[in-house]
Amino acid sequence: MNSMETLEQLKVRIQAAAPGAQVEIVPNGCAASPPSLLLDRGHTRAVAEFLREDAALRLDYASNVTGVDWPEKTVKEKVKVRKSAGGVEKEVEEVRERKTPGYLEAVYHLYSMALKHGPVILRLRTENRADKVAVPSLTPVWRSCEFQEREIFDLYGIVFEGHPDLRRILMWPEFTDHPMRKDYVAPDDYEYEPTPHDAVLAKAQRHYPGGTPA
Amino acid sequence: MIDEGLRTELSRQGVVTTTLEELYNWGRKNSVWPLNFGLACCAIEMIATSMARFDIARFGAEVFRPSPRQADLMIVAGTVTKKMAPQVVRLYNQMPEPKYVIAMGVCAISGGPFKEGYNVLKGIDRYIPVDVHIPGCPPRPEALLQALMTLQDKIARQSLTGDKRPPHLKAEAPGECPIPAFGKHDLEPPNNPALWQPPPMMRTE
Repeated sequence: MNSMETLEQLKVRIQAAAPGAQVEIVPNGCAASPPSLLLDRGHTRAVAEFLREDAALRLDYASNVTGVDWPEKTVKEKVKVRKSAGGVEKEVEEVRERKTPGYLEAVYHLYSMALKHGPVILRLRTENRADKVAVPSLTPVWRSCEFQEREIFDLYGIVFEGHPDLRRILMWPEFTDHPMRKDYVAPDDYEYEPTPHDAVLAKAQRHYPGGTPA
Repeated sequence: MIDEGLRTELSRQGVVTTTLEELYNWGRKNSVWPLNFGLACCAIEMIATSMARFDIARFGAEVFRPSPRQADLMIVAGTVTKKMAPQVVRLYNQMPEPKYVIAMGVCAISGGPFKEGYNVLKGIDRYIPVDVHIPGCPPRPEALLQALMTLQDKIARQSLTGDKRPPHLKAEAPGECPIPAFGKHDLEPPNNPALWQPPPMMRTE
């Protein structure tokens, strides 16, 4: 990989090229994985076209597009609070619960075939997981996104606005679920297994309450 | 029926005795034409079986037919996804009687490594009657040949009259398997209850 500008420098240049664009650098918990750029839905197309056309970047190849499901969750945090109890001020630890809203995410890995560098990772987020699940499609910018965005639409239910042919690609058109979502429940067609364990064991006990078949 | 000892004695003297049923089954079992049809990696082993090294032609089954109308045997070689299952059943229905099915590999038998998945059928025997199951992932060509020999034995033992005659000789037996429809969450129905039922509980403690 050639030396490329840092994400901070890139963010400044993106905001100069697409005025008003909100770009957030999302760190990745693992040291080996590079951080990514979170784009806002309004300026995605302009930013994507800048990334493809800019002479120093020329990110002409979207190698991979994938989806991530982030369900709603409550995060427990320990917070140190100063409390005065009986005239003595003390530092007390309090557990606070915070709810984070759920959303769906599309992640794009971009490389440059011309300049042999990359990846630059983009993230697009939907507003929620239920009814506002649209993000702009990047297929008009990178043609290789077409089937992968269809797959994300199929398995995660993200609607890509501006996609030329947004249909299910793996499941049949009558199918209404999104199997890769965390809250997906597969049709219950359990059958006997000789050594059930974990989730399968729970299923086996539900189907054979008196004990698993021998 | 002719006595077995007399028959051996006659054949020593150059007199061949047979029955119409035996002659008919002998002809059928040595010209089983498979449907040219593969679903996943097991199909590669099936192709290897048809090539010179393993040579399925030794058993008279080398004529892989591209049309179900000309085929006697369906080798379900590979993973049957739920999206593909109606087409497999439709192909089976289009084959003329008498017809046979070999389920090749663990995917075709039970879903195999994908059994816990949402998109793979847990065994083709939920929709069509299977004559021979071959375990293996994928089974070696020898295993497919063994399955073919098992099927040949089965054909040779089929009687053409009486209660044990095969279903295609019974006028009242249904000629086709119902084709499952694509539902909102799963195939509808999830199995053909006339052919397959979930295994009952065998022991309680």
